[in-house]
Amino acid sequence: MSGMGRQFLRYLRLLGVQVRASVLLALQYRGDFLVDGPLSLLWALTAVSPLLVVYRDRAVLAGWSFGEALFVTGWFLLLTAVVEGTINPSLTAVVDHVRKGTLDFVLMKPADAQFLVSTAKFEPWKMNHVLTSAGIFTWGFVTLGRGPTALGLLQAALLLLTATVLLYSLWILTVSAAFYVVKVDNLTYLFSSLFDAARWPSSFFPGPLRFVFTAIIPLAVLTTFPAEAMLGRLEGRHLLGAMVAAAAFSALARAAWRRSLAQYTSASS
Amino acid sequence: MSVRGTVRALPALFKVGFAEAVAYRAELFVWVLSTTMPLVMYVLWSAVAREAPVGRYGDREFLAYFLAAFIVRQLTSNWAAWQMNFEVRQGILSMRLLRPLTPVVSWAVETLAYMPMRLLVIVPPVVTWLAVLGGAFLPRTVAGWGLFALGAAGGWLLVFTINVCVGTLSLFMKSSLKLMDAYLAATFVFSGYLIPVELFPDRLRAVVEWLPFRYTIGLPVELLTSHHGTAEAARLVAVQWGFCALFGVLGLLLWRRGIRNFEAYGG
Repeated sequence: MSGMGRQFLRYLRLLGVQVRASVLLALQYRGDFLVDGPLSLLWALTAVSPLLVVYRDRAVLAGWSFGEALFVTGWFLLLTAVVEGTINPSLTAVVDHVRKGTLDFVLMKPADAQFLVSTAKFEPWKMNHVLTSAGIFTWGFVTLGRGPTALGLLQAALLLLTATVLLYSLWILTVSAAFYVVKVDNLTYLFSSLFDAARWPSSFFPGPLRFVFTAIIPLAVLTTFPAEAMLGRLEGRHLLGAMVAAAAFSALARAAWRRSLAQYTSASS
Repeated sequence: MSVRGTVRALPALFKVGFAEAVAYRAELFVWVLSTTMPLVMYVLWSAVAREAPVGRYGDREFLAYFLAAFIVRQLTSNWAAWQMNFEVRQGILSMRLLRPLTPVVSWAVETLAYMPMRLLVIVPPVVTWLAVLGGAFLPRTVAGWGLFALGAAGGWLLVFTINVCVGTLSLFMKSSLKLMDAYLAATFVFSGYLIPVELFPDRLRAVVEWLPFRYTIGLPVELLTSHHGTAEAARLVAVQWGFCALFGVLGLLLWRRGIRNFEAYGG
């Protein structure tokens, strides 16, 4: 077997170990699952209720019917689950490591530091949001009176991957900044309040803002594109553009992480 | 402790709270960043208004409404329930109980002490309002401003008393934070923070009138945007203060019962 293949398998096994640790921890707090379920539904209601009111006396808004807009809401919730369940917990921990100087212990381990810190902690109970968003997708399809197409689902799956890579890269960029300005938790709030704007289809935004949220901060890529994919109306060039953007972002994030790490001198020295 | 003693302690408490607000100004700024929801909602409603106005709401009306919603959220929100959960769990509450002052009063004053900093935060929306809308929709009469002041104060008091009710529940159960989370979600939907109450379907609206939520944010916003005539505004403010009294009494009862259960551990 080639060296790269062995490396890949080794990291896959490491990922398994890290995930198992998080799952075991989460199983200690099984009760959270029962409480968080209804809470997830309530927060979904905050996302859907304005749409319910808006679409009471109109069929279409800025090119989106109620059933179609539901898909954007569903993706908003799905990506919230991805961020809160897989990306947030680990990367908040890095910021703490940097502040306290305990990052040294991670750096000493014989594996890639970015991999180790990114997989340090998962919160499986946040997957409640995944169930809720599946419910919303179903509601959307029932409202539209049709099901998904195979091609649409394939595109949506690709975009889920793209969106996760994008969000993760944005996060790594934020964390890299933590090496320079230690109080970076502030940036995480800025990030989540920006992400709040991703709950509407991008065509709801007036012209200049729409450009900002598509080309500069890729909110449209995160929720509007996948929703269009599920509806079977995503343009191929958009899919391609999104994937290129995600690849570029992740390369940028990797470079920024390396640069930050190179000048990291621990907290004590 | 006597009422006089409590009143004499207030300025010192306020000073401590204000110093804390200044020291943690970065955190305050962060918190403000996480309350941009009215702006996100304005995007949705202005997209609606671009096609056709909704009732009496056109684009300008929505802008005024959601600027007001941002301002009112800054003025009325507080975090006593989180503070109480934290202090009960950490055992810090026992130190508070040693002081000759009921902790509820000190929580209230500490929250109020953040107000001067909060007033700084509402400068940008106020400037936007004056620049874009030229002061339109603001109350025109002294009575109008007086009722807004009463309604904003009542909104703060109502949020605070609800916080105390939920916060004291942490004396009975391990943590009441999830309950607070549920309350927050319900507030988002029913208070007029996301959707003006006027635009709710009639039947739902009738229910919402009887729930406390719309009096925490929606009513002060409607008063700031001169939504009601004087008589109707006065009636709604009276209902709001009625809710304050209700939750105030409930909070005190819960507090008295709960504090007997409290066994300080830890620090």
